[in-house]
Amino acid sequence: MNEITRSCPQTQAVPVSWLQFATRHRASLASLAVLVFPLVMPFTALAANILIYGLYALGFNLVYGYLGLLSFGHAALFGTGAYFCGIAIAHFGLPWFAAIPLGILGGLLMAALIGVLAIRTRGIYFAMVTMALAQCVYYLFYQAVDWTGGENGLRGINVHVIDIFGVRLDFINPLTRYYVIAAFVIAAFFVLSRILASPFGAVIEAVRENETRARASGYDVTRTRLITFVLSGGFCGLAGALQALHLSIVPIEILYYDTSGEVVMIALLGGMGTFFGPMVGAAAFLLLENLVSLWTVHWQLVVGAIFMICVLFFPAGIWGTLISRGKP
Amino acid sequence: MAGLSLDLIALQLFAGLALGAIYVLFAIGLSLIFGMLTVVNFAHGAFYMVGAYVGVYILGLGGNFWICLIAVPLVVGLFGLVVERFLIRPLYGRGIDYPLLLTFGLSYVMVELIRILFGKTGYPFDTPEILQGAVDIGVGYFPLYRLFVIGATAFVLLALWLFLEKTSFGLIIRAGARDPQIVRVLGVDVGRVWLIVFGLGTAIAGFAGLLAAPLQGVIPEMGSTILAEAFVVTVVGGMGSIGGAVLAGLLVGVVVSMTSLFAPEMAKVSIFALMAVVLIVRPQGFFGRAGLMS
Repeated sequence: MNEITRSCPQTQAVPVSWLQFATRHRASLASLAVLVFPLVMPFTALAANILIYGLYALGFNLVYGYLGLLSFGHAALFGTGAYFCGIAIAHFGLPWFAAIPLGILGGLLMAALIGVLAIRTRGIYFAMVTMALAQCVYYLFYQAVDWTGGENGLRGINVHVIDIFGVRLDFINPLTRYYVIAAFVIAAFFVLSRILASPFGAVIEAVRENETRARASGYDVTRTRLITFVLSGGFCGLAGALQALHLSIVPIEILYYDTSGEVVMIALLGGMGTFFGPMVGAAAFLLLENLVSLWTVHWQLVVGAIFMICVLFFPAGIWGTLISRGKP
Repeated sequence: MAGLSLDLIALQLFAGLALGAIYVLFAIGLSLIFGMLTVVNFAHGAFYMVGAYVGVYILGLGGNFWICLIAVPLVVGLFGLVVERFLIRPLYGRGIDYPLLLTFGLSYVMVELIRILFGKTGYPFDTPEILQGAVDIGVGYFPLYRLFVIGATAFVLLALWLFLEKTSFGLIIRAGARDPQIVRVLGVDVGRVWLIVFGLGTAIAGFAGLLAAPLQGVIPEMGSTILAEAFVVTVVGGMGSIGGAVLAGLLVGVVVSMTSLFAPEMAKVSIFALMAVVLIVRPQGFFGRAGLMS
């Protein structure tokens, strides 16, 4: 990222700021944070939720934060992942290690479908088209009652034991469940970090910064956007698959407009275009939601107001604001 | 299909136009605000919903539907003015996404406030007595209220057209949509024009919500469904084009009511299929200028 390419002269004893250190080892540090997280969190079930929503926001952030396209249809990617994984287990009796890749595949496919249509429009249109297409996906899954259970949601996703090479892990135990989910999330951290550090990752950010210049430099902007959107679908599909296993049911609301909106809030709250932002945002959002709903059923009022305050006064989000303090 | 006659199709076509009229009103406000301010108003559905609830409130105070027709746009438009002045104005020049995100957060707050004030369950909304019943329109009997919705929409469109084309303030609005910088150089307070356009757009949204109330009932979530459908209308018609919004709104209404005649379960999906076709064939929409969105 920026801090590396700027390359301070390392020969002199320049004090390496914590930010540079964090950027270089971002995937390892994020993994470490995820591993110790349940030790400080009172409810492990909530911690697993934060992990899944963080992964979902990570996928979203790839499109909004790094590519610069605002999508209001990510629920379709998240939800398709959940339904594909859930249907594989509930209807076909497939084991978890086959169902999760199917969930990722679902996210990729849905992202390719939506992407091909939505990429044809630019700028602010993108938010509207993705939202409308996601709503279409919602109605389609709602109608396909035989496969998705319609309004009642998809039930019967019962995974009690995760069996890895003879080691049997009790998936009912909340802490074990958390660490199983964490293993996938950590893998996603390393994959994402690798993508962002690759030349293709640099092209993604180039397209965000200056589309015309990226095109003049010979990069295919449309293809870059489509590939990034599809990659984002893979991360969101994985998050959806994990959500299906975690809840053992896929509610139809997972595809609704609110699920798309939530991830926008999470990503902005945490910090757009930062590696740690989505996880921080998911933790802040879900903790806030849980705390406020202890006190009033109208938590959406508080969350909406805090989101508006963030847009008006702290557009860099929690992590983004911390980073700008850390920069020299 | 035995009972399917030409008369039935013609009647369904009219029903589609009545439904389309609501889409037209909703999308026109959205298009007006976008064309002028380049703000995609994600709270437009919430303003629509507030319009219906203001109607419920006025009826509860003992008012009648005709008072609502005047008072609802005034109240909702006034609220729109406050929102533009204090929430959206600080965000101009900060990138096109920020007003969108702000109005998105605002829609959450508005929906939740309505839930607190009026409860989570909806209200039925009676059709005013004079407009109950049906009239013979040549091909069969058609609900009078739906005819009224078409008429009221035509009236609003005509008034809006006269305002934009025949008044000097309308001239400023049209010029401001074309090139705000030049208009500012000519000594026009563009900020004030934007304020009024946002108020006007939201007032029309409130009016649409009131008109839709007797057709669909009043619930706090009524705005988010129509928002997605109105986005389809603006994509099909071309963003920022009022003529496009009218044509596409009516078209979407007719497509919905025709598919619900032949394949009811596909009615909702047909709207989005229409959008997909338009995106493939003509990404900028019927009347959209290519490159406007870049």
